[in-house]
Amino acid sequence: MQRTTMLALALGLSVAGAAAASAQTLRIGLAEDPDILDPTQGRTFVGRIVFASLCDKLFDITPDLKVVPQLALSYAWSEDAKHLTIQLRKGVKFQDGEAFNAAAAKFNFERHINMPGSNRKGELSAVQTVDVVDDSTVRLNLAQPYSPLIAQLTDRAGMMVSPKAAQALGDKFGTAPVCAGPFKFVERVPQDRIVLERFADYWDKGRIHFDKVVFTPIVDSTVRLSNLQSGGLEIAERVAATDLPAIRADKRLKAASIVELGYQGITFNVANGPRSKNPLGADARVRQAFSLAIDRAAITNVVYNGEFFPGNQWVPTNNPYYVKSVPVPKRDVARAKELLAEAGTPHPQVTLMTPPNPDILQVAQLIQAMTKDAGFEVKIQATEFAAALQSSQKGDFEAFLIAWSGRTDPDGNIFSFISCKGPLNDGHYCNEDVDKELALARTVEDPPERLKHYAKVEAIVSKELPIIYLFHRQWLWAMSAKLNGFVAYPDALIRPQDLKVN
Amino acid sequence: MLAFLVRRLAIVGPTLVFVSMLIFGLQQLLPGDPALALAGEDRDPNVIAFIHQRYHLDEPIPVRYLLWVEGVLHGDFGDSIRDKLPVGGLIAQKLPVTIELAALAMLIALAIGIPAGIVSAVRKDSLADYAANMLGLAGLSIPNFWLGIMLILLFSVELGWLPASGFVTLKEDPVQNIRTLIMPAFVLGAAVAAVMMRHTRSAMLSVLEADYVRTARAKGLTERVVLLRHSLRNALIPVITLGALELGQLLSGAVLTEQVFSIPGFGRLIVEAAFTRDYAVVQGVVMVTAAAYLLLNLLADIAYVLVDPRLRS
Repeated sequence: MQRTTMLALALGLSVAGAAAASAQTLRIGLAEDPDILDPTQGRTFVGRIVFASLCDKLFDITPDLKVVPQLALSYAWSEDAKHLTIQLRKGVKFQDGEAFNAAAAKFNFERHINMPGSNRKGELSAVQTVDVVDDSTVRLNLAQPYSPLIAQLTDRAGMMVSPKAAQALGDKFGTAPVCAGPFKFVERVPQDRIVLERFADYWDKGRIHFDKVVFTPIVDSTVRLSNLQSGGLEIAERVAATDLPAIRADKRLKAASIVELGYQGITFNVANGPRSKNPLGADARVRQAFSLAIDRAAITNVVYNGEFFPGNQWVPTNNPYYVKSVPVPKRDVARAKELLAEAGTPHPQVTLMTPPNPDILQVAQLIQAMTKDAGFEVKIQATEFAAALQSSQKGDFEAFLIAWSGRTDPDGNIFSFISCKGPLNDGHYCNEDVDKELALARTVEDPPERLKHYAKVEAIVSKELPIIYLFHRQWLWAMSAKLNGFVAYPDALIRPQDLKVN
Repeated sequence: MLAFLVRRLAIVGPTLVFVSMLIFGLQQLLPGDPALALAGEDRDPNVIAFIHQRYHLDEPIPVRYLLWVEGVLHGDFGDSIRDKLPVGGLIAQKLPVTIELAALAMLIALAIGIPAGIVSAVRKDSLADYAANMLGLAGLSIPNFWLGIMLILLFSVELGWLPASGFVTLKEDPVQNIRTLIMPAFVLGAAVAAVMMRHTRSAMLSVLEADYVRTARAKGLTERVVLLRHSLRNALIPVITLGALELGQLLSGAVLTEQVFSIPGFGRLIVEAAFTRDYAVVQGVVMVTAAAYLLLNLLADIAYVLVDPRLRS
């Protein structure tokens, strides 16, 4: 009886309320609610998806990670690699009608660097001063050469906001952001929606085919997919790997995917406080044995339906900076046992801290089972994320199964994690030779030259294993079959350019 | 009656102060530095230091509590660290959503639970009684997120009658508003209806055996009058208490249901705030919820008096 009433009611309502969807609106289902929409203060990955429609950057990347101009036209390094001159695109307007020029660019750099609470300060730490050369040229002056800088300018550090709006709103700029991107801010209801509408004076407006973009955070991936299936969304980001067969079988939908820039790995506490005094923290041979006991392909096959990729370095195997001479190791339990015998600890015990996500717990259980064959005894400690982060930083952990979302430049995936003073080096790993090579890699621009330095780093860390890299996730999107022009980028941002509904 | 009201109102203030201290203290017990949770993946030390200073995180707890009290007395609940919005505004935005959802769910619960409870008590051991008990058991044991996802799959994906999730306010579009709320309200209402039904049934059963019901029947009153005026009225007192508690719970936010249906209510607000250690938001939401509970209890007390005149003395 309850059900029939319900059905009748639902039927009546569905007739009364015609579908509100319009072909001119691009509706994107996000996996989380973004944080503050200020490029200077923003800190979440999901916020960057919104910025891709809202705020243009000086440079962008191509799907194969080449740098291409966006609000800039070109760049040139000086002889000594300490000065970067950037030519800016002319005739670009911010969404409040203000002109984008060299003075505005200088304002933005200084805001990123000087604003209290800026999350861009670290990315631009090499920049000492900014000069306005002429109305459409700026020069960044560096204390020492820093080749990852251009890659930083392809993301939030390269986003330009309207100086007038930024001055008016101060640290609340993110509540009504004004940038130079294809869509301007209309409204935001936290945890419900972010609405943007087409900016008529966008410099590249010929490539924009929607009047509105609406971002809706829908945390549950099943529900995100259901919204797409019922026509409530055009794109759902980060769908579950286990839902891919269903998406591929559904004629109304299509899927897109690309391997991520980041990695999933295990960080070991090698020197951060008393808890580093465990068999794995104390002896690199025990960590080697641990790594050899793990079958990485089995993890990606069992937990992620074979959609993710095994890995052993801080960049995925298809990355230009992957060190090919050190391939993903095969599982070798016999060798692992030998190493443990050499180290004199045939049955080492370790506590593996993990975030409480169901898929990660499954990964941890597989690791527990696989390493048991070599003699390890792994205790899994699932910990709420904020608490886990604090334990990690304080050194209150032995091993931590954690993901890094990845950066365009390889420096962003390694420097902070294993250089002696790196802010993310929670295990306190320190090797002067590694530090030297990482620093040198920052000073050269030429990719093959940089790769040589990273190869030297890999030669050392693949033996000392402060971090065991396990696999690289794949970014997965599901979208309406009618949507055309979607290009998957390894940074997983959804660029609205050229997207259209047929 | 007036003295009773004054007495009850007088304890609301101290209770709220006590709750505010308790929740402030409890939050400090949470492991996890808010600055670390808010600084983002890069954990820039400058940013962490800035957050500590800006939000007084290094001050002793009593000092921070007094700073918060000072703000509240000036009508300022503070700003969300996460998105810089004033907590008062966030609450004002979410509260109507949660109230509407709770009211709708309660309506559904009452409409199903009380009639079903009466019928199964009056027709004890009949087919209707068994059916009502079965449904009640199901309503209690089916997890609401599962029921929610099943409803979405049926009504949104398969039949395409209702939007799968999201929320539209009553002001924007009343029809769309009901369309977005009907499934989550049903999910929440079904669970409450089951509890209501069980309690109405057992209260009715004990009342139906009371002497005054036999007297009423002996006087030759119609069964309708016996049931509704003599039995139900007496049976309702425990049900009212229960209803007030259940409504309070609905108002404190239905985390899982809101999550499944992407309803921007209290539940999601407080959960996201707790995960990012956004203390000001957690504190604000808990205070409003506590106030709602106190108010509902007060209303329940008033309702007892209205239903049962003996309590007036």
